[in-house]
Amino acid sequence: MLQINKLNAQVEDKQILHDLSLNIKAGEVHAIMGPNGSGKSTLGNVLTGRDGYDVLSGDITFNGKNLLEMGIEERAREGMFLAFQYPVEIPGVSNMEFLKAAVDARRKHQGLEELSSFDFMKLARDTSKQVSLDPSFLKRGVNEGFSGGEKKRNEIMQMMLLEPSLCILDETDSGLDIDALQVVASGVNAMRSSDRSFIVVTHYQRLLDFIVPDYVHVLAGGKIVKSGDKELAKELEAKGYGWLESEVA
Amino acid sequence: MSTSVTPAAEFHQHALALAAAQSAALAQQDNSPAWMTTLREQGAADFARTAWPGRKTEQWKYTSLQAFQDFVAADWGAAPEVGSEVVTDAPSGADTDTDAVGNTVLSLDATRLVFVDGVLDMLASDALPAGVTLFSQADADADKIIADHLGKIAGGVDASRRNLFAMLNNAWTCDGLLLHVPRGVTLERPLYIAHVSSAGAGQPAALATVANHRVLIVMEEGSGAQVIEHFVGSGAGQPAFVNALTEIQLGNNAQLHHTRLNMEDEALSHVGAVHLNLHRDSRFHGFTIAEGSRLKRIDYQMNHCGRGADLKLDGVYLARHRQLVDYHTTIEHRVPHCTSQEVFRGIIGDRAKAVFNGRIHIHKDAQKTLAELNNRNLLTSNAAEVDTKPELEIYADDVRCAHGATISQLDETALYYLQSRGISPSQARVMLSFGFINELLQGLPHEAIRTALGTHLAALFAADRALVSDVGYSDQQAIDSESV
Repeated sequence: MLQINKLNAQVEDKQILHDLSLNIKAGEVHAIMGPNGSGKSTLGNVLTGRDGYDVLSGDITFNGKNLLEMGIEERAREGMFLAFQYPVEIPGVSNMEFLKAAVDARRKHQGLEELSSFDFMKLARDTSKQVSLDPSFLKRGVNEGFSGGEKKRNEIMQMMLLEPSLCILDETDSGLDIDALQVVASGVNAMRSSDRSFIVVTHYQRLLDFIVPDYVHVLAGGKIVKSGDKELAKELEAKGYGWLESEVA
Repeated sequence: MSTSVTPAAEFHQHALALAAAQSAALAQQDNSPAWMTTLREQGAADFARTAWPGRKTEQWKYTSLQAFQDFVAADWGAAPEVGSEVVTDAPSGADTDTDAVGNTVLSLDATRLVFVDGVLDMLASDALPAGVTLFSQADADADKIIADHLGKIAGGVDASRRNLFAMLNNAWTCDGLLLHVPRGVTLERPLYIAHVSSAGAGQPAALATVANHRVLIVMEEGSGAQVIEHFVGSGAGQPAFVNALTEIQLGNNAQLHHTRLNMEDEALSHVGAVHLNLHRDSRFHGFTIAEGSRLKRIDYQMNHCGRGADLKLDGVYLARHRQLVDYHTTIEHRVPHCTSQEVFRGIIGDRAKAVFNGRIHIHKDAQKTLAELNNRNLLTSNAAEVDTKPELEIYADDVRCAHGATISQLDETALYYLQSRGISPSQARVMLSFGFINELLQGLPHEAIRTALGTHLAALFAADRALVSDVGYSDQQAIDSESV
């Protein structure tokens, strides 16, 4: 699904990622944990191709294609999805209009016909109910005036509608109460399948009680310093990140 | 008058000559009312002694009147006959093409009146409803209402701030439209007034069209109405000059929803104003939109005259190519407990220019005033320009007054967000640009206008080179210099 090979990347002339390698197979869930500033969010932004996140060396293959040659929207159409840590508010653009444009773009890329407005509306309403978001949110501006939890649920709704092959959740659990967290987690779990992979970036082990990962990686100083199974997350929870940083140093 | 023959002086001469020719024609008719003679003479005298605005005239600092060169070079046609009713092909027929709000009269669920170059087009119009009359056909009662208000509302402006073109409008007034809504009456249907400029259609190229529009709305106590004024170009591409003045009197507790759409095309110059007096507990909700042309200057002069009056004005301006749009708004808070809320948004692209000047004047007795003014501008090209100036003069000490003005480009984070969902950069830019003004469109009470404007603007943005270019939004300057 995704192979990252010796990735070096910088943001505003400061190198953040150092020789990062990661191999994710179809159907796997990888958690990436680490202290603040370790490069977790940078990884998500590099993968989606955001401006200002420059790859210095290394390569990334996504579904057999060279990811680094693709534009932001091409990566999305190919099936990459980033659930934002801080979803953007766009007043004046309705959520429905936005979701339809996104789904149309993805379907067109897949050689499918665009959904009619009627069919899409029905699909969007059904999906919004799955993430416990009132369908009235579809008429509002994108994320406009949404609470933190509503924004995160809107991200999961987009993920469900777009049916990506690789989902990156960037600290989707941050700032969520336990109810919202369960909604988000059950949305993710409902989407787990043998042909879909997840990268779950989180600061806290709590999320991994609900979304149980196949692998856990610890990112520190821009590189993966330790990998393991879900037990590693519990160890981190108990000991903090300090012991790893000193172990690496 | 100056002896050197500058374009300005020539325009002055032409303008006064036209006024004199009209006066001579009017004098031959028996029915020309006394108030009209007074208004015209006063207007011509005021206009004759007022200097042509230059760069040093504060009110015109950022707006050049160069476009008036066209009207100096062109031959001006004779004044239309007073009270004449033209029979033309309906300017666009009754059919409505919602993709082209700029040169099409809309089909709305409203009483429709179509004026072509200032003259009522009977074929394209509905019958005049109760309370609506042409100045030239006014009965004694209507004549008195006109005499009491016409020129008085616009004339209430401080001498130093009086608008040259309002004076000229007075000097050129041959006819106009009165809407009088009696006490306690609410108009069942909105009144839709289309002002069409034929822009020399069917005339020799050298003949410029000059149109003088005048509307007077007098709302008595407790009355209510919705009025839409739509300025439409012909698409003929000939230079035309429109001077359109609307005066509105809102009696105690009256309410008016007033929409003014200025969608004339490139070749047309428009100088217009809305003057408004709000009396006790009256409410005004205005919406205005202007698409650029070689010159568009629109003034809103709003006066709170009675306690508890409430005013809301939303505005949108869009300028592209080398167009110019200039909005000047003034709110005079003269009495206590009034509110005003103004929100203007503009999108300026290519080498176009926009000017927004929002003045709020809170007099010393106007305690407990609540005034808000917000102006946001989006530049879609490096060569676009906007001059925005909030102007606050506050002499009362117990008021709440907030103002803000911003100039920005499209939000990079929002662009990234849309692209990260598979939406192309060009579509994302169009969506964000439309979204920027869509919030204000949503406040319009007429579904049909929202739809027509929405469709029209979406097409406009989709045709915007800067937005849909794949070269990249930030490289716009390079594109501009290539194309020039």
